[in-house]
Amino acid sequence: MSEPIAVPQEKAGYEPRIVAFFCNWCTYLAADLAGTSRMKYAPNARVIRVMCSGRVDPQFVMEAFANGADGVLIGGCHFGDCHYESGNHKALRRFLLLKRVLVGMGIEEERIRLEWISAAEADKLRDVMTEMVVQLKALGPLQVEVPAEGFSEEADLAEVRA
Amino acid sequence: MNPADTNGNGQPKIGVYVCHCGTNISAAVDVEAVRDFAEGLPGVTLARGYKYMCSDPGQELIKEDIQANGLDRVVVASCSPSLHETTFRRATSEGGLNPYFFQMVNIREQDAWVHIDMDAATDKAKDLIRAAVHRVRFHKPLERSRVPVKPAVMVVGGGIAGIQAALTMANADKHVFLVEREPSIGGHMAQFDKTFPTLDCAACILTPKMTEVRANPNITLWTMAEVDSVDGYVGNYSVTVRHKPRFIVEDACVGCLDCIDACVFKVGKTPDEFNVGLSMRKPVYIPFPQAVPPLVVIDQEACIEFKSGRCKKTCVEVCADRNAIDFTQTETHETVEVGAIIIATGFKTFDPTRIPWYGHGVYPEVYTALELERLVNSSGPTEGHVTRRDGRTPQTVGIVHCIGSRDINTNEHCSRVCCMYSLKLAHLIKEKTGAEIYNFYIDIRAAGKGMEEFYNRVAEEGVHFIRGKVADVYPEDGDTGRVVLQAEDTLLGRVRKIPVDMLVLATGVEPQADAEDVRRTFNITCAGGGFFMERHPKLAPVSTFTDGIFLAGACQGPKDIPDTVAQAGAAAAEALALVDRGYVEMEPNTAYVVTEECSGCKTCIPLCPYTAITRVDEKAEINPVLCKGCGTCVAACPSGSIRQNLFEDEEIYEEILGVLAHV
Repeated sequence: MSEPIAVPQEKAGYEPRIVAFFCNWCTYLAADLAGTSRMKYAPNARVIRVMCSGRVDPQFVMEAFANGADGVLIGGCHFGDCHYESGNHKALRRFLLLKRVLVGMGIEEERIRLEWISAAEADKLRDVMTEMVVQLKALGPLQVEVPAEGFSEEADLAEVRA
Repeated sequence: MNPADTNGNGQPKIGVYVCHCGTNISAAVDVEAVRDFAEGLPGVTLARGYKYMCSDPGQELIKEDIQANGLDRVVVASCSPSLHETTFRRATSEGGLNPYFFQMVNIREQDAWVHIDMDAATDKAKDLIRAAVHRVRFHKPLERSRVPVKPAVMVVGGGIAGIQAALTMANADKHVFLVEREPSIGGHMAQFDKTFPTLDCAACILTPKMTEVRANPNITLWTMAEVDSVDGYVGNYSVTVRHKPRFIVEDACVGCLDCIDACVFKVGKTPDEFNVGLSMRKPVYIPFPQAVPPLVVIDQEACIEFKSGRCKKTCVEVCADRNAIDFTQTETHETVEVGAIIIATGFKTFDPTRIPWYGHGVYPEVYTALELERLVNSSGPTEGHVTRRDGRTPQTVGIVHCIGSRDINTNEHCSRVCCMYSLKLAHLIKEKTGAEIYNFYIDIRAAGKGMEEFYNRVAEEGVHFIRGKVADVYPEDGDTGRVVLQAEDTLLGRVRKIPVDMLVLATGVEPQADAEDVRRTFNITCAGGGFFMERHPKLAPVSTFTDGIFLAGACQGPKDIPDTVAQAGAAAAEALALVDRGYVEMEPNTAYVVTEECSGCKTCIPLCPYTAITRVDEKAEINPVLCKGCGTCVAACPSGSIRQNLFEDEEIYEEILGVLAHV
């Protein structure tokens, strides 16, 4: 993992940058279908294909935020539809925990999103893509203020015990 | 992090190819700017644009550059990897590199086709290519492993699609398990009278195929059976089938039907499923005269013996020493190993009571088309006489098209067969009764061989066509027993009210009620509308996203018999191609453990749905044969000691940096 890259200053016409992790079997195919159907949506997301939403390591999300992403979108299969039986359940468990951690760091929860989008739901893919951009534009660029003394270890522990 | 060992000195030589796809990509993405950009990326030796990278000359470019310019990594930015990843991996391999020294970038489906702003689409293409260039440096040489394939095949559903697929494969000397949940094979086609547009008798062309299924030694036919669960993977499926009790010993029953006559029920009191409830059957019955297997079945719900245990069992008496009746049968399960599965579970017809104003189930003279099929059929409840429920022969008949089709309130899709079967029914009713027939249609869809000609023929026979959707059906004043059809004739531009003796609703085609369960059992996908989704609508129409599982017939979408049979043949050919080769090559995206880094914490073990991970000598160990490559354990490993081929952590981190890097 390399050093974080400086996030550019907010400008007029700010375009949020989204890193998307899509499951190979559902959301990635929905994105292909949106293309074949010539649907139009916001161009902000950059898709990284994984075999299963269960492959998305929380560290990937951290890394994306640390390197200038304004939002991260994870797309997986609906419950009961996972190509690998239950990877999406594991993705959800990690996602909920990760969201708490991110919120604790001052990252708005709208910046991270987990969506179940089947291979047939190109319209949902389009709507989510566009909607997320609208939400992120309202939030503006990601700004995480790290306290000068760093995050307090006691606070972290209190959060974990809560 | 060091780039993968490339060319001995750690400096990769990457070739980037930007496909224009005719104008599919170049119309929305500035491909020249993208090429210039790619050429400037670190590690990139050359970048080329080309009109069609998937063409032979396009692939040749890759091979020549590998050899002439010593490329050791290849990136192609073109369409979706689901289309051409295999193509370009092969080209990379033919150029002399490991096929996995390749990375594909999707700038068509997920870029050019979905964005309007050319600058934004061009920026996106650049970011995605930069990510691939970053990533591909870390690619490792990988080998596909070969796994043997089980030689047998399973076909689920015994309608015309399943029958055709089973026979084709059995004739190629493959063993086929044909699973049908009803007591007989035949499906909907067995219920039809004539078939459009040639008017050949459905039973005459179907029955020989049904008998052939029973006679073919390569086919194991299981009726009253359903698939409970499917385990395994392409080439090696383990399918558990649930056998429902027939209460008849199949080997002992000779199909004499004496038990039906002998039943204590003098007349049937249960609606006959095959005649869509237009006649009644006894608790012991044969589904229809040509049923295959030609065996009776006992309906547990209706039989007195099951209700009270005190029936005289006259059926058992008459069966005598054949001893074919066995009230003690219970559900059993059986597991078989197959290499491929063809799903041919068919369709159901639309339930017209969902549109109450058409009056089905309210006015006795309102029928569905399937009910009419039974009425015109000489083996049907009226022996082929088209009569109303009060016994009168209708003099006027209305046929209303598009019931439950082409309507956002019910189903958006066109059911494809209704126009043609409506024309066929119009012809048959007119032939049998001489009635005046009014077709209410939105559009007549008579596409396909011989269809328009058939439409013209029926029109020339004097059948009336009114372009308009019936908005209301109500009883005629007085005790005429007729219903009035009210519709706007959109060609005349006025409302018409036509009283008819009989109304036929051309109900559409829908997915089976349990299609969702079947989909989950086989791990396949449903498209919009609930029909099973094919891998590619044009180029892989019978494949699914699950390798080794194929589709045939109307479970994939509404289709007529000729198309169903053709598709069943295609599905059989695909399944044959798989099992006949004898092995499958597995994508090498499995997970593996870096043993020296593993702390033995066991976090990964319960996460694996395939129990591929075990603990050996305090360390995790992954069985590569069982691993399917989801990567869930990789993401969970606290020490990072589980890795995944093709989706290594550093490969994904490089992609993240690549898409986000500012240049």
